[in-house]
Amino acid sequence: MKISREDVLRVAELAYLDLSEAELESYRKQIDEILEYIGKLDELETANVEPMAQVLSDDQTADATLREDLVVPSGVAEDVLKHAPDPEPPYFRVPKVIER
Amino acid sequence: MSWTIGGVREALAAKKISARELAGDFYKRIEERNPELNAFLALSPERARRQTDRIDALVAEGRPLPPLAGVPVAIKDVISTRGTTTTCGSKILENYIPPFDATAVERLEAAGAVILGKTNCDEFAMGSSNENSAYGPVKNPNATDRVPGGSSGGSAAAVAAGLAVAALGTDTGGSIRQPGSFCGIPAMMGSYGRVSRYGLIAFASSLDRIGPFATNIKDVAAILQVIAGRDPHDSTSTTAPVPNYQTEIVKPVKGLRLGIPKEYFAEGMDAAVRKKIEAGIEIYKRLGCELVEIRMPHTDYAIAAYYIIATAEASSNLARYDGVRYGLRIEDDSLLAMYRKTRGAGFGPEVKRRIVLGTYVLSAGYYDAYYLKGQKVRSLIAQDFRDAFNKVEAILTPTSPVTAFRLGERTADPLQMYLADIYTVTGSLAGVPGISVPCGKVDGELPVGLQIFGPAFCEARILQLAHAFEQAGGSTV
Repeated sequence: MKISREDVLRVAELAYLDLSEAELESYRKQIDEILEYIGKLDELETANVEPMAQVLSDDQTADATLREDLVVPSGVAEDVLKHAPDPEPPYFRVPKVIER
Repeated sequence: MSWTIGGVREALAAKKISARELAGDFYKRIEERNPELNAFLALSPERARRQTDRIDALVAEGRPLPPLAGVPVAIKDVISTRGTTTTCGSKILENYIPPFDATAVERLEAAGAVILGKTNCDEFAMGSSNENSAYGPVKNPNATDRVPGGSSGGSAAAVAAGLAVAALGTDTGGSIRQPGSFCGIPAMMGSYGRVSRYGLIAFASSLDRIGPFATNIKDVAAILQVIAGRDPHDSTSTTAPVPNYQTEIVKPVKGLRLGIPKEYFAEGMDAAVRKKIEAGIEIYKRLGCELVEIRMPHTDYAIAAYYIIATAEASSNLARYDGVRYGLRIEDDSLLAMYRKTRGAGFGPEVKRRIVLGTYVLSAGYYDAYYLKGQKVRSLIAQDFRDAFNKVEAILTPTSPVTAFRLGERTADPLQMYLADIYTVTGSLAGVPGISVPCGKVDGELPVGLQIFGPAFCEARILQLAHAFEQAGGSTV
């Protein structure tokens, strides 16, 4: 067994995800099978392989990553707040975080 | 009647139909077919009307028409459209209305296209059958008891059923090419960086790409022409020049060397699919291409690497759905409990499964064994492609090992569903462009797709090969 019930609970906690009892068990089993399958990567010797952290090579992004640092008004704040679950313009309101 | 981009343009210029009438005809067809197909989740008739008025005014004034003038298009619901709900097929974004347009949408409209509405998809583009949508599955127009493929199932079904002339989809591990194959239409993913992702709601940022569906290669090329190119809003969009695809695609393919990777023709492919693909390859022989057997030794590891990387990125990207700034909120007195409840109730089963898996492979103690290993294997797969393209100009493979399966047939076993992405995820990991072209139908009913991969930023070459195939009768082999 690659992943235990406690592992799933711990990960769900990290991801702020409420899982039902039924979800917990079915995910554990399914993810266990997936991890078992993923284990086939161990057949490959990769000690001297660089991880691929970028898709594009440097010459493909030439001039692409740096631009002038200009202030460009986007003017969407009102629209954005209009669709928030609990807006109090210009703020988003959330349940109290700090206890007195 | 079936419309093409060129056909729309001619009919408008000759005043045989107005852009408004044409859009009206498409909305009527959608009204008739959509209750059965479930391809569209939202329509944008007011927006379409504003655009058709603009186009009809140009016609009336005898002014030149933009390249996609009056062409009715559909947009996958993970791509932001200002003023029209964009749900990503998820309950967590049920009422989300973006305050801006994705660059690809903005460019389509600037080129004259008429946005009809938004198409159904697997939730957050996670799935291969469209059965993971919170708004019900899409039916395959070729056989309505079957899936259209996924995740861009609604876009593929809409175009295949004649409910749009073209559509945008997104491809992370095959989500454009596989539904294109299942629905029997051409479907293309450009190189990573070819089309701006600005406004594409992220699933896996190093893999996600926007691309076109249409009924013929010329139209696929016309859509790509408009949406491709550098966008200052997406730092991964490339400055590589965009060639004129329309003049490139008609060039002869004679003498091109095409690689047939042995690993893609091993066991696991449906026999009827194999027969069609082999017949398709014969067409290239007739066209004077040189077929070369090649090896891509890490192919068999692609699914494993893909599901590490894609879920890891997803777990990070989907952290933003917290009930604060947009979408669903389930109230609770504590902030953290509000997060947990909102996310637990708002995400569907496949999305939650992938968030758990993705969080796990990134978590302390497992990062090296899974995520880092996956990134290293991704390098090996990209190297397989570079090595292959030293020997051949393009690679031919099946798009999917199977044809469209029955609704509900594969939902019980996620791993089996993932394994069906075997031929598409490789190109996703490598960042190269790929296209699926119709390659006959099994029993005259279920379409097969032939996939063509090219080197990064060689979209013109794979479009050229796809066009030659189409012209040589590839869709009816």
